[in-house]
Amino acid sequence: MTELSLARGTVDRDRALRLLQDYGVYGGVVVLLLFNFVFTPYFASAANFRTQAVQVAPVLIVALGMALAIGTEGVDLSVGSVMALSTSLLSLYLGYGPWIATLIAVFGGVVAGLASGALVAFVGVQPIVATLALMVAARGLALVLLPQLKDVHDPGLAALGSGDVLGVPYLVLIAAALALLVAFVVRRSTFGRQLLAIGDSRPAARLAGLPVRRVLVVVYVCSGALAAIAGVLATARLTASDPTSLGTLMELSAITAVVVGGTPLRGGRVRIGGTVAGAVLIQLLTTTLIKHDLPPSWTQIAQAVVIVGAVYAARERGKR
Amino acid sequence: MTTDAGEATMPKEAPTAQAGDEPPGASRSERLSALAQQHGALVTLVLAMVVASLSFDTFLTGDNLENMALSSAFLAVVALGMTFVIVTGGIDLSVGSLFALGGVLAAWGSRYGTAVALLLPLVVCGLVGLLNGLLIARSGLAPFIVTLASMLGARGVLLVLTDEGSRTYLVDKGAFFTRLGQGSLLGVGVPVWITLALFVLGAVVLRRTRFGQYVYAVGGNEDAAALMGAPVVRTKVAVYTVSGLCAGLAGALNAAWLLSGVTILGSGMELEAISAVVIGGTLLTGGFGFISGSLVGVALLKVIQNVINQIGSLDSAYQQVVSGAFLAVVVIAQTWLGRRRRVL
Repeated sequence: MTELSLARGTVDRDRALRLLQDYGVYGGVVVLLLFNFVFTPYFASAANFRTQAVQVAPVLIVALGMALAIGTEGVDLSVGSVMALSTSLLSLYLGYGPWIATLIAVFGGVVAGLASGALVAFVGVQPIVATLALMVAARGLALVLLPQLKDVHDPGLAALGSGDVLGVPYLVLIAAALALLVAFVVRRSTFGRQLLAIGDSRPAARLAGLPVRRVLVVVYVCSGALAAIAGVLATARLTASDPTSLGTLMELSAITAVVVGGTPLRGGRVRIGGTVAGAVLIQLLTTTLIKHDLPPSWTQIAQAVVIVGAVYAARERGKR
Repeated sequence: MTTDAGEATMPKEAPTAQAGDEPPGASRSERLSALAQQHGALVTLVLAMVVASLSFDTFLTGDNLENMALSSAFLAVVALGMTFVIVTGGIDLSVGSLFALGGVLAAWGSRYGTAVALLLPLVVCGLVGLLNGLLIARSGLAPFIVTLASMLGARGVLLVLTDEGSRTYLVDKGAFFTRLGQGSLLGVGVPVWITLALFVLGAVVLRRTRFGQYVYAVGGNEDAAALMGAPVVRTKVAVYTVSGLCAGLAGALNAAWLLSGVTILGSGMELEAISAVVIGGTLLTGGFGFISGSLVGVALLKVIQNVINQIGSLDSAYQQVVSGAFLAVVVIAQTWLGRRRRVL
């Protein structure tokens, strides 16, 4: 299929598309920012930027894990459910103090990631199906543990959710730190290199003697842990645990952020900067539509168009 | 570009490997694993029903069975279309949204008569499926991302139609259209008959027509199919269109049954449909699968659901845990069986 579709693309168009794909997302963010500065009242205020940044933080953290999974030519559909599982565990074990509860919640994410990673790496199940099973099961488990919405009263968590350092909310700082960490791991560590090599060509990586299975398991564990952290942060911000609706369609937003950011779905390349910009772009798009009184339905349609557009622009890639 | 991720060097099911047609020289263990793959779901279904009827007096009653059949019918129609898509090695995540959209369009259209109520959802959902197919087959985009986008888009259109979900269109009770959902024939609901008829039709199309052979060939190995002269693009566009049509029809029938177009339905239905197809023995890598298996898969999911409901003390959330675990077990078993067949 690849050869058939590639034969049509010309070299010049390919280069233009590559530029568009690499830097289009930054351009999109700039255009939306300019549009809002001009046309949206009260947009250029510190309070508004804070709100936007706090809203984008959980999506961004989930998207980081998703970028790793997509970099190995996989995908992790279970992230939204893992967030729900994490919020359930958090409110269940809050009696032991916020730190232990957070650790248990993240541990839950690690176990979920371990399960999908083992299915992908050792059994050889396709990532979509493996994480689909986890998606259904983890959401169910979250609801079994905590059947309905529950308020979370904990001063530590409340501080995490709404506190700030020099005007920058904790949530944003944590998201930024995680983004830097993941970017460092992808670019500078052996693990990152191995991940990209596996995404490029799994058989070649295996023949080169890379620990393919171990790397794959670690990738899904990372994705699960990051999703769980996002779940904890979202709970802290909302000061409530809602396993029914927390994280629904999160996998979609995360995949969109990653894809719009220029990470190809065929693996072998991870763009963390683009992913951050992708998450910001989706957030800005939603805000723009909402602030101009367009109903949520239009937001969904717009997001759909953006996804298809980004994937369409990315499709010529792969000739290296 | 196809949904299957790694294992590029591993040969998939050979393009000619159709359901059950084993080469004459196949060894016994090879045939056994093929049998397990084909009929594993059916055996599990029978076992589950035996256990359920022994445990609950209310399970094997006419009312309960009829309810189960009726509520399975809509999912089964969606799973039918999904089977075609999955046999080509694709996936269609938009069916849940299209199901809901079909229901709302049917309910809205029912005031203009049965023909409109049926045709409108079919046309609209068929067009969305066609668009999916064109983007996937012609532009070479990954199926899961295209259909993910149309899942969002269709849900958005649905919300536009219903004033952001606040408005519910009712079906006029006297209309002929309601009989498609509420009527019964020989004591069995009309939707069940329609579903059975569609499955027979689907099975014949997949196993006995040229188009069906193309579907298997494309799923087995797309490049080989193209070299053989199979119309790859046309076949893929067709299967996504069929899937859209099935989802729209299921939504319309469901609206006729419920007497209204309910907007919140259908979320998560794509997962149920995919689970049913996979449980039924169809390989997600494409090139291998059966229509009848999907029906068994749907029935199995509904029996599990019914049993969990009957236990009563268990929260319905357990159903998701069980379904997810079950899906994982089936996929592991399939991968294992498939690998055995390849290695032997």
